Amino acid sequence: MTQNLSIQNITAHYGTTKVLEDLSLDIAEGELVSLLGASGCGKTTTLRLVAGFLEPTSGTIELGGKDLTRLPAHQRNIGLVFQNYALFPHLSVADNVGFGLKQRGISGEDKAKRVGAMLERVGLAHLADRLPGALSGGQKQRVALARALVIEPPLLMFDEPLSNLDAKLRVDMRVEIRQLQRANGTTSVYVTHDQEEAFSISDRVAIMHAGRIMQLDTPEVLYQRPANAFVARFVGFENLIPMKVVARDGAKVTAEMAGGVKLTLGLEHFGAIPDSFILACRADGLAVTDNVNLEGIPATLGLRTYLGRAYQYQCETGAGLLLANGPLTRPLDIGANAKLVPVPEQCTILAPEAEA
Amino acid sequence: MTNKLHPALIAFTVLVFFFLVGPLVIVIGSALSDTTYLTFPPQGLSLRWFENIFQISAFRRTIITSLQIAFLSTFIALLIGIPAAYALNRYRIQLPGWLSTLFILPVLVPELVLGFSILKNVAAQFSAPIFLSLVIGHSLLVLPYVVRVISASLASFDFSIEEAAISLGSPPLKTFFTILLPNVRSGVIAAFILSFITSINDVSISIFMTGPGISTLPIQILAHMEQFFDPTVASVSVLLMALTVAVMAVVERTLGLTFLAK
Repeated sequence: MTQNLSIQNITAHYGTTKVLEDLSLDIAEGELVSLLGASGCGKTTTLRLVAGFLEPTSGTIELGGKDLTRLPAHQRNIGLVFQNYALFPHLSVADNVGFGLKQRGISGEDKAKRVGAMLERVGLAHLADRLPGALSGGQKQRVALARALVIEPPLLMFDEPLSNLDAKLRVDMRVEIRQLQRANGTTSVYVTHDQEEAFSISDRVAIMHAGRIMQLDTPEVLYQRPANAFVARFVGFENLIPMKVVARDGAKVTAEMAGGVKLTLGLEHFGAIPDSFILACRADGLAVTDNVNLEGIPATLGLRTYLGRAYQYQCETGAGLLLANGPLTRPLDIGANAKLVPVPEQCTILAPEAEA
Repeated sequence: MTNKLHPALIAFTVLVFFFLVGPLVIVIGSALSDTTYLTFPPQGLSLRWFENIFQISAFRRTIITSLQIAFLSTFIALLIGIPAAYALNRYRIQLPGWLSTLFILPVLVPELVLGFSILKNVAAQFSAPIFLSLVIGHSLLVLPYVVRVISASLASFDFSIEEAAISLGSPPLKTFFTILLPNVRSGVIAAFILSFITSINDVSISIFMTGPGISTLPIQILAHMEQFFDPTVASVSVLLMALTVAVMAVVERTLGLTFLAK
């Protein structure tokens, strides 16, 4: 009884402040999509709009083809899991889980059976009579999860569900959440500011910024082929080098960066290269070599840090400070002259950023 | 390990204790005195001044009036104050800051001024019955306590609990009664006790409103004292104390007094 969620052209305001701008998002049946971004990016607003706690200025929200946009929150039948658990402090664990069933007129033995089965699934059957105050953070979040799942909602939404847990538990719980979500096949929206969490748990991730979705794609694509400079920085591309094409020769393109350094790039790696672009790579995608005869970006090495798999250098170049990695076999000293050679497989081409 | 207490601290504590308990001891002692005038320590023991209260019809009437007014005005203040406190906390960000100050104004304004303006603008203007004016005056007087106390217990209430209930299919109004109220129960009871005691002890507002036929207990005590200086007033005070203690005891029994510390 899972359903697809379709958000179309949603704009939302808090007072006169626009918090979401023309946002559209389609989530397939059974899919888990994360909304990822810093606070204030609009991810929680999106969730609250779908839950019915906020009303959009314009746009529509449909669940399984049914328009939810103006439906009161208590009629939407959406399972919600909150950051601070939001358990009912005056009700036992079993009554917390049974609350949604009670609202649906399910009582007595039927309710007890379903609550029991749900508590069994989250491994809390032995705590059914406890009050929430007597539970640990992880147990509380399991109760919250059970409470949301037991009503068998067509849509589950998570609002930073693991932020209040410690690191180890966070990893365990996200695996648990994903397994339960998979087993039930429930369409899910997962709001988080934690990139690792979003990437590990989701089918697709929407990276949000200033009330817009900057890119919506699988974690693999986001990580390797960010669509724009914002997403590139977000997923850890330390080096974004603006460049201009100065010559094209068949499959080879020569481009120049600030400081007059020219690089030759092969179209076989990058596809089309526009006249003005950004060459983006992580420190791993920029190899440090002391062979200054190679084609690359001339650099003076600064601070060297040990990463375990490589040495990382702060490099002064004509195009500014770049981060590059060098082999463990040849540690280089501060002040040494070196070349930074882009590794084409680990670089990507982005459109230049709009002038701010 | 034993904690060594400084002698000065012990002395100070004992002093504070006497300061708190002393007046009560004197009042209770005076009430039991067999003399026809107020005196302490009591000379001879007698309950006749307690009997006397119930022989004076004005005391009988005013005790009932005071109880009625205390219950009614507390009830009205809760009826207005709980939703007000809810709105002030739930929509704190959206609402202007001065709004919550508005609800504590009756405490900031001298009670005599409040009493006088109710007399002039309600009782006299609309020639409202005395009893009604008293209820209105007392409701206003205790409303700030209700709003403050309930706000304090709502301050620690996580409103996402309310949203969780709504998302599970409970309509907002039902959620208010089944989820929110049980969680601020201690605040409601504390507000009730505070309001009730404030109302039953009030002099400065009541003194404007009371008139022929209707009076409240504290006003009657004043009136009695002007004519007689016998231990009856002490006995009435002991009764008032007993009433307060009884209310607290009932609360203690049903909830435990620990809620006051919350």
